[in-house]
Amino acid sequence: MSKAADRAARRAAKAHAVDENGRRRNAARRARALAEKKSDAMPVAAPLDGPRGVRVVDAELVDPSPRGGIAEVFQQRYLLRLIVGRQLAAQYAASVLGLLWSYIQPAMRFGVYFFVFGVVLSAHKSTPNFALHLFAGMVFVHYFSETWSGGTRSVRSNRALLLKMRMPREIFPVAAMVTAMYHTGPQILILTVFCVIAGWHLTFTAVAAGVLGLLILLTFAMSMALFFSALNVYYKDFQNIVSTFTQFLHFMVPMMYSYSFIAKLGDNHPWIYQLYMANPLAESVLLMQRFFWYPTLDDPEKYTNEFPPDLFERGFIMLGICLVLLYLAQKFFSRLESRFPERL
Amino acid sequence: MVDSIVVQNVTKDFTMQYHRSLKQMAVATFKGLPLKEQFQAVNDVSFTVEQGESIGLMGLNGSGKSTLLKLINGVMRPDQGSIRTRGRIAGLIATGAGFHPQMTGRENLFLNGAILGMGEAEIKRKFDDIVAFADIGKFLDTPVSHYSSGMYARLGFSIAIHVDADIFLADEVLAVGDRPFKRKCVQKMQEIRQQGTTIFYVSHATASVRSMCDRVLVLESGHLNFDGDVEEGIRYLQYDDDPTDQPTTAAGNTDEELGADI
Repeated sequence: MSKAADRAARRAAKAHAVDENGRRRNAARRARALAEKKSDAMPVAAPLDGPRGVRVVDAELVDPSPRGGIAEVFQQRYLLRLIVGRQLAAQYAASVLGLLWSYIQPAMRFGVYFFVFGVVLSAHKSTPNFALHLFAGMVFVHYFSETWSGGTRSVRSNRALLLKMRMPREIFPVAAMVTAMYHTGPQILILTVFCVIAGWHLTFTAVAAGVLGLLILLTFAMSMALFFSALNVYYKDFQNIVSTFTQFLHFMVPMMYSYSFIAKLGDNHPWIYQLYMANPLAESVLLMQRFFWYPTLDDPEKYTNEFPPDLFERGFIMLGICLVLLYLAQKFFSRLESRFPERL
Repeated sequence: MVDSIVVQNVTKDFTMQYHRSLKQMAVATFKGLPLKEQFQAVNDVSFTVEQGESIGLMGLNGSGKSTLLKLINGVMRPDQGSIRTRGRIAGLIATGAGFHPQMTGRENLFLNGAILGMGEAEIKRKFDDIVAFADIGKFLDTPVSHYSSGMYARLGFSIAIHVDADIFLADEVLAVGDRPFKRKCVQKMQEIRQQGTTIFYVSHATASVRSMCDRVLVLESGHLNFDGDVEEGIRYLQYDDDPTDQPTTAAGNTDEELGADI
């Protein structure tokens, strides 16, 4: 037999020998080395004298990781408050203007839109109080896009917390939503002040529209934040997709132009009209304008064609759809959530 | 006695995804490489811990100790089997979790305390004790980014140890700090143990386990291969071999060689 074949046989035999036994021997060697190295890594403290105390735990045996969902988040309001505070602190760390930044940007955008649509395209001729019409839409679109994009990033950006301690993970998208409220709250205040200056004649219908619009906005924003925050853990692309979409949002709701343009479009292309109105955000903005802008008009009867005739019917249906969406988003989140720690 | 931790047939799989981008996935498919692979970090583990017992969890690196700790803590969920715990869980697992560098020690203390499950009133009540134990003095109102790593660790540890927990989980790897501080920590853990708190201690340090624990669990590549007395467990882990014994050619090996010659 040739020497080469002999050597090959020997090598094969050696490889065969590295079986369960070999692996175990290796493990033993590593264990001994580790034990030697680490034996005094921690100082030793003698056990205390005296009888061991008995601790009576007044609780049931439970799963350490319950599926509480959003409901559990609202039971832990104190933690939620601190996480929101942390998020705000993180956002404005090392910036001189701090919180002001979240007002400067919308203010500039408002200025640009007002100039282009109000002055250049003279929208304020056909739409009285155009500035309020525009601003009432912008505030809520801003709120929505901030909740959506902030919520989408939230789980990923809080991975340090998520990986260490158990807490309802829905807390991060919810915190993003509350943070967005901090930014839009003062804007709503400004909007209200200007409405009052312009002569705000509130009616019951207007208030009902406001409440309905707000509910649609909140449920829709929450369900989108929940859904995309879970997806973003798996594929980080989603945060880019979301930020791309949020740029179009301003044009997809009737605020720079009035609803009557969309109604006119609907005469020839009913499909486009239905698609446009299927956007919960468009419905919500219309309801908000019914609340803020419409009651400031001098002769409102002339402008009833600025709202769809079935505004409220659509609103209630939309709220129902959004509640279903929220339920589905929560289901989806709970399903993906179990695998979050290993994906982050 | 009362059960504190009940673990039944727990299995945890991890899916390793090798290729995350579309391009890499296409290339891998073309070459016939696997896109993902599964492995079991914890495999069919069952045990019961009674209230007041202190358990040492030992095993080599990568044997699934940290995963098991995370499962008990509730950060991860088992794929199969069930885990149930009684009472509040805290410990040396989340030291400094969520510390924000731009926030002061005081603000971080409140946040971290809340993460560990303490309420506002409870943190306020224990505030002075925590600060005293952490020994950070006048740095309390300084952003933690200016802390030395020792101070950072001390604050984190101090919060963790002041949670009035029923189950105390500790991972030795996370107990950083200088030796005097470590000694202080270990003494505090003995106190906690004396109070009847269940302790679950992950460590490689045999001497420390010997003094701290009543029972040892040994994990080997996800399997719970030993559960019992401390001394026996430590002996088991070191596999009772003579350290000079080299993995020389086994009997099977020589046979094969002979066979090749014939």
